Amino acid sequence: MTARSVAMTIEQVAVRFGGLVAISDMSFTVGEGEIVSLIGPNGAGKTTAFNVMTGFLEPSAGRVTYRDTALNGLKPHQIADLGLIRTFQRTSVFPNDTVYDNLLIGLHRQGRVRLLDAILGLPGARASERKLRQRASELIEWVGLERRAHDAAGSLSYGEQRLVGVALALAAEPSMLLLDEPVSGMNASETHRFVELIRDIRDRGITILLVEHDMPMVMTVSDRIVVLNYGRIIAEGTPDVIRNDPAVIEAYLGHGAARA
Amino acid sequence: MRIALTILAVAALASVPLWLRDPYLLNSLITTGIFVIGAMSLNLLLGFTGQLSLGHIAFFGIGAYVSALTSLGFDVGLPGGFRLVHAPWPPIVGFVLAIIIAGLCGYFVGLLSFRVRGAYFVIVTISFAEVVRLVALNWVELTQGPLALTNIPSIGLPLPGVGELTLRTKLQNYYLVLVVALIAYLLIARLVRSHFGRAMRGLMENETLAVSVGIDVTKTLTLAAVISAAIAGAAGSLYAHYIRIIDPEVFAFINTVTMVIMVISGGKGSLAGPVVGGLIFGLLPVALRPVMAPEAQWIAYGGVLIAILFVLPRGIVPSLAQRFRRSRSGTTALAPVALAETAVKERA
Repeated sequence: MTARSVAMTIEQVAVRFGGLVAISDMSFTVGEGEIVSLIGPNGAGKTTAFNVMTGFLEPSAGRVTYRDTALNGLKPHQIADLGLIRTFQRTSVFPNDTVYDNLLIGLHRQGRVRLLDAILGLPGARASERKLRQRASELIEWVGLERRAHDAAGSLSYGEQRLVGVALALAAEPSMLLLDEPVSGMNASETHRFVELIRDIRDRGITILLVEHDMPMVMTVSDRIVVLNYGRIIAEGTPDVIRNDPAVIEAYLGHGAARA
Repeated sequence: MRIALTILAVAALASVPLWLRDPYLLNSLITTGIFVIGAMSLNLLLGFTGQLSLGHIAFFGIGAYVSALTSLGFDVGLPGGFRLVHAPWPPIVGFVLAIIIAGLCGYFVGLLSFRVRGAYFVIVTISFAEVVRLVALNWVELTQGPLALTNIPSIGLPLPGVGELTLRTKLQNYYLVLVVALIAYLLIARLVRSHFGRAMRGLMENETLAVSVGIDVTKTLTLAAVISAAIAGAAGSLYAHYIRIIDPEVFAFINTVTMVIMVISGGKGSLAGPVVGGLIFGLLPVALRPVMAPEAQWIAYGGVLIAILFVLPRGIVPSLAQRFRRSRSGTTALAPVALAETAVKERA
């Protein structure tokens, strides 16, 4: 591992739902500007880990720290204010609003003006609105949805909605982005384009943590991979290391494959 | 386009007293206008945050009582032998206090219920209205209970240098209600188009996602509740000073239901919806009075509501707007950028 500074630290996090152990004793770190993937078979605890990191779920034990701030006990919107923004596995748009309005909602963190200014339409509020509109158009252009800008987000195809979801997350000006299975349901060319987007996001200095099932995609894009199985970390390392790790092969393909 | 329609509607409403001489009809228009303001405030919650306040009349009634008591004065005993004595103040002060106190009530109801939301908010608001009604009914020393507060003075506008203009006639009150309604309309319009309004819409459509982009649920919903309650309080104050008598019946559940019907039929989540729905259901009794007994009228309202929602399921205004857009699109193929620009202009 390189000696870059650490953005997020997950220390001995455990999540139990009654008797079910979703995550047991998970510890790893994500460096600033790194692309880290969290992989594992279905039910391994990946989405649960995301929920803990973004405040949607309180861990049973352990702690998560982001840039020296402990996240335990913070509400999701407070964590979002720290610059830690996530996307969701299922459809994650405001379905009845246009794509453009979706992004304006997503730009909430940039648009904070005083209530009175907004109601009276004072110059400060107007300037802020202009800036938001400009930014929303930029983001739409960036994900390539200009032609769909004024369609209801709910009417878009699955892949397009995913793009809106990412643009929305980016609208919140993250310093770290957590992507939950962003390319599931996308075809090969859409996935390829998405990989470009992820690299582009990283080049803007945004740290990325990715949960994904599409192995070729994970292997291409990741700096480092953390493998979860049954709530435990079974391997961690660069794509090359992970590809040849017997424990990982066993988790995915079973005993026979590991011996073969 | 939208601006032209608005100006036309306002001009039409402002011209009404010039050609309508019938005092009964003018009176109906004034009370309808007051209820339209109430319906607009309800729409801010129901249409733009998705939270149904089934005790909305409580804020209206509180506004009415606060304003009436401020302008009438009172002398009540408190526990421990103290007495609270208040000498009458001008009604315009009562109007301002009505807004402030109703807004405060909205704040506490919001704070209480928005941690859980949805059905809980409905229950909390119903209970709140019932509790307030019982207080108004039983705290006889303050509210006169079922004997009602009578002789409430008409509202007066302080004119610097001239003194005070007391609004006694129907004509004056008509314009007062129209002006307050316009202010409420503009305030709600500005609010829902600002980033506060977008936060509300986001929460209504996809709360998880809204929270993940940094929107504070409790704060946003409480803000909507405060402004909604304050506007309802203003309407209540207008009501008290126009009717000049109020009793605890003002808190009746049926009054909330009337406002909900106005919002749903006109179209929740549309700015003009409660105005259109409010005018229809406010003036329907006037139209039906010669031909139907009051009991039969209630059945007719039900029929009208069902008919409206059957033909225009999203309410009158949104459904018609959609049809209009559909009939217009397809004839013009604008470039996406141009579309974006027109959208920006339409909103501004």
